[in-house]
Amino acid sequence: MSSLHVRPSAANRTPKIRRSERPRTRNRACGSAAPAFLAILLILLVATTVFIFAARLYPAPAPISFDAVRIDRQYNLTLYATGVAFVLAQLGLAYAGVRFRDRGQNARFVRGNVALEIFWTLLTLLVFLGLGMLGRKAWADARFTPSVSGALQVEATTYQFVYAFRYPGADGKFGRLDPSLVNAPAGNPLGIDPNDPAGRDDIVVSELTVPVNQPVELLLRSEDVIHSFFVRELRLQQDAVPGMVIPIAFSASQVGQYEIVCTQLCGLGHYKMHSLLHVVSQAEFETFLHQAVAP
Amino acid sequence: MSSERQPAGAVVHAPSGAEGLLRRYVFSTDHKIIGLQYFFLALAAATIGMILSLGMRFHLVWPAADLPFLAGRLMTPEQYLALVTMHGTIMVFFVLTTAPQSAFGNYFLPLQIGTRDMAFPRLNMLSFWLTLVAFLVTMSAFLVPGGAPISGWTAYPPLSGIGEIAGPGGGVGQSLWIVSILIFCVGSLLGSINFISTTIDLRAPGMTLTRLPLTVWAWFVTAILSLLAFAVLLAAGVLLALDRWAGTSFFLPAGLVVSGELEVHGGGSPLLWQHLFWFFGHPEVYIAILPGMGIVSHILANFSRKPVFGYRTMAFALCAIGFLGFLVWGHHMFVSGMNPYSSLTFSVLTLSIGVPSAVKTFNWLGTLWGGKIQFQTPMLFALGFISFFVTGGLSGVFLAQPALDTTLHATYYVVAHFHIVMGVAAIFGIFAATYYWFPKMFGRKMSEPLGQLHFWLTFVGVYAIFMPMHFVGIVGGIRRYADSTGANYLVALQPLHGFMTVAAFLTAAGQLIFFYNFGRSLRKGEPASANPWKATSLEWATTSPPPPDNFAGCFPVVYRAPYEYSVPAARLDFLPQHLPSVPDAVSQQEQGHAG
Repeated sequence: MSSLHVRPSAANRTPKIRRSERPRTRNRACGSAAPAFLAILLILLVATTVFIFAARLYPAPAPISFDAVRIDRQYNLTLYATGVAFVLAQLGLAYAGVRFRDRGQNARFVRGNVALEIFWTLLTLLVFLGLGMLGRKAWADARFTPSVSGALQVEATTYQFVYAFRYPGADGKFGRLDPSLVNAPAGNPLGIDPNDPAGRDDIVVSELTVPVNQPVELLLRSEDVIHSFFVRELRLQQDAVPGMVIPIAFSASQVGQYEIVCTQLCGLGHYKMHSLLHVVSQAEFETFLHQAVAP
Repeated sequence: MSSERQPAGAVVHAPSGAEGLLRRYVFSTDHKIIGLQYFFLALAAATIGMILSLGMRFHLVWPAADLPFLAGRLMTPEQYLALVTMHGTIMVFFVLTTAPQSAFGNYFLPLQIGTRDMAFPRLNMLSFWLTLVAFLVTMSAFLVPGGAPISGWTAYPPLSGIGEIAGPGGGVGQSLWIVSILIFCVGSLLGSINFISTTIDLRAPGMTLTRLPLTVWAWFVTAILSLLAFAVLLAAGVLLALDRWAGTSFFLPAGLVVSGELEVHGGGSPLLWQHLFWFFGHPEVYIAILPGMGIVSHILANFSRKPVFGYRTMAFALCAIGFLGFLVWGHHMFVSGMNPYSSLTFSVLTLSIGVPSAVKTFNWLGTLWGGKIQFQTPMLFALGFISFFVTGGLSGVFLAQPALDTTLHATYYVVAHFHIVMGVAAIFGIFAATYYWFPKMFGRKMSEPLGQLHFWLTFVGVYAIFMPMHFVGIVGGIRRYADSTGANYLVALQPLHGFMTVAAFLTAAGQLIFFYNFGRSLRKGEPASANPWKATSLEWATTSPPPPDNFAGCFPVVYRAPYEYSVPAARLDFLPQHLPSVPDAVSQQEQGHAG
């Protein structure tokens, strides 16, 4: 790697010139303010970035589920690892520019250094794959087994630019859907088959209400184009794809109201496709179901 | 010159001096003219793309502004999305694919390997004209009823596949978009065949693979990526066109109800498009950035007066990035509905591509280390490239992990990431190449003070635009939103958007310095010698600009590695590749300068 044609012997490698011996004549020739200015800008970049992260000026909202907490942990680990690399690389660039600017010295004739290159190849391999390995579990737990026994099943259907959430009702079963029966103006936006008894007690609402600490399985589907379901506090985002039913699971641990937004470009109303997630106590949830059925 | 040898390959035809102006400068088969045509096309496209982005930035901050030049005096959400789509399409295809590879590759690859032209000059001309037609077709989408498409440069079906019923721009505009992409694909395929054949067959005697400048390595690897990636996009585009025009259902499933109407399609998969698109789309990122990496290595050695640190590693890293680039497309699809198990595979592969990328960065720093660094404009842009590549590469480590992508996906964090690592870094590569090779292309140097001013404004401006954008994304700001009224938490992000918009306008204004410098230097720049940067590679072994056959009949023979700077015991600090021996090198070079 280090030898192509001329391997410089130790003898004819340019000797390192001490500061006092450096020729002074060309100090100004190529000596612009550029290296110092570049260094100052890079230092400013690093300082500002580190400050904004350290002072938490723009933090993500607090997580409200176990999965989200674990994702945040992995996020912070990645932030530290890449943060150190960012600071070192930018400052290294700043340093190299200032330290090795043209002051009339001779450049060192070096073709490479196999040992060094092996070292930093292995180092980056270790850091990057290490991060990947550590982050596996957060993803696997959140996504591999969406179906937990005893989970509350809710179906989330998206269509331009609306969310519709369907609860199976007292019988615990969703009624059959038929795309040819879809008729939003007539009050059947999902196309629930009126001839299927399982569908008669289905509850369809435009906002999602779930009990706190209750595992929820959300069955995501779409009627027209690809939409998405994203709740920041759950650290949970999933596209809703027509032709597929995609299950995702979460269990929210804090009562509150959270925003659901669409993140997949779905047409001109994409920016206002919005709903709410209400995390409520078990009692309030029962009331909600009751009221939803009543009218 | 050292040799009278003709380059290998009888396919190279001799340009005749009797050709007319039109034949020489417009319908030319000369790779240099074609390179310049690509360059000016990319320059025009970049200007338009930048103006579109200013329109978007303006709308995000002042959505209710009265705009007299628009029919409705207000920018509608669909007009905003048309800007999003067209900005992405123009920048990715007609700037980032066209400038680093087709423009500079065309001009300098034959020069750097010491040959007269590309292997297939007529095919080369055809590639350019197809690309130009593709560009005109893209632009015409603004003029048709319904306007330009709104489905983004990724054109996910069903939105892009079911016509106007899904929204404005879904009709003729979207069709034109597909047609233009298909034409562009054909142009790129022909171009990449040319690059590959030329690199393999037409190298000067002595130009072994390990004596190729890293720019040539980068263009070569990029051409292979283009060949494989654009072939897939071509196929995907044909399928999408069939879905729209022929009633097929490759990407459209059964039971679609759009705007209350049941569609007749059935059996297709929207995810199939995403797999095909990103199988092209991710290599495309490397098509945009690899030539920049080559240019940066080339310039770093030149202006540090040192050989590239670990030349073979650098060439190998280019190949490794190119290869791994084909195995990572799934990281665009972590939350798409793809099997969550495959996400982990794609995650590991994506993180591994960070290794050759990091190795390149280390080796760039190694090239600077112990050098005698000259801070001229090309070098500043090369150093800027490294800074952006580091920043954008590291933010990618988050997105490579599906667990973290689940919050950052489709937010402004992603926009910031890919703009820095693929957009801005690649454009800094283009600027570095422009300042570096301008003397060779036009025989004059660009103004150094103006170039430096351009660099500082752009460097600061770009960071001012895109660093805050990360934070917008981390908080949860969603991309492709026409305004921030959709969710309550978005309102708090408006001050950051305001800051970015101001920075974007100032940075765009800074580009006027570049255009002024470029135009002025074409006419009044200081005349350039054959080798103004005291460089070693073959493009500097001929006059500036080169004669039509590149080397005036004296085709070079290559004697050494490409970056022989500061070789001990040599009298000058650079040994050109084409000069036979060290003493000769010194005397001939001095004669060259005296003459």
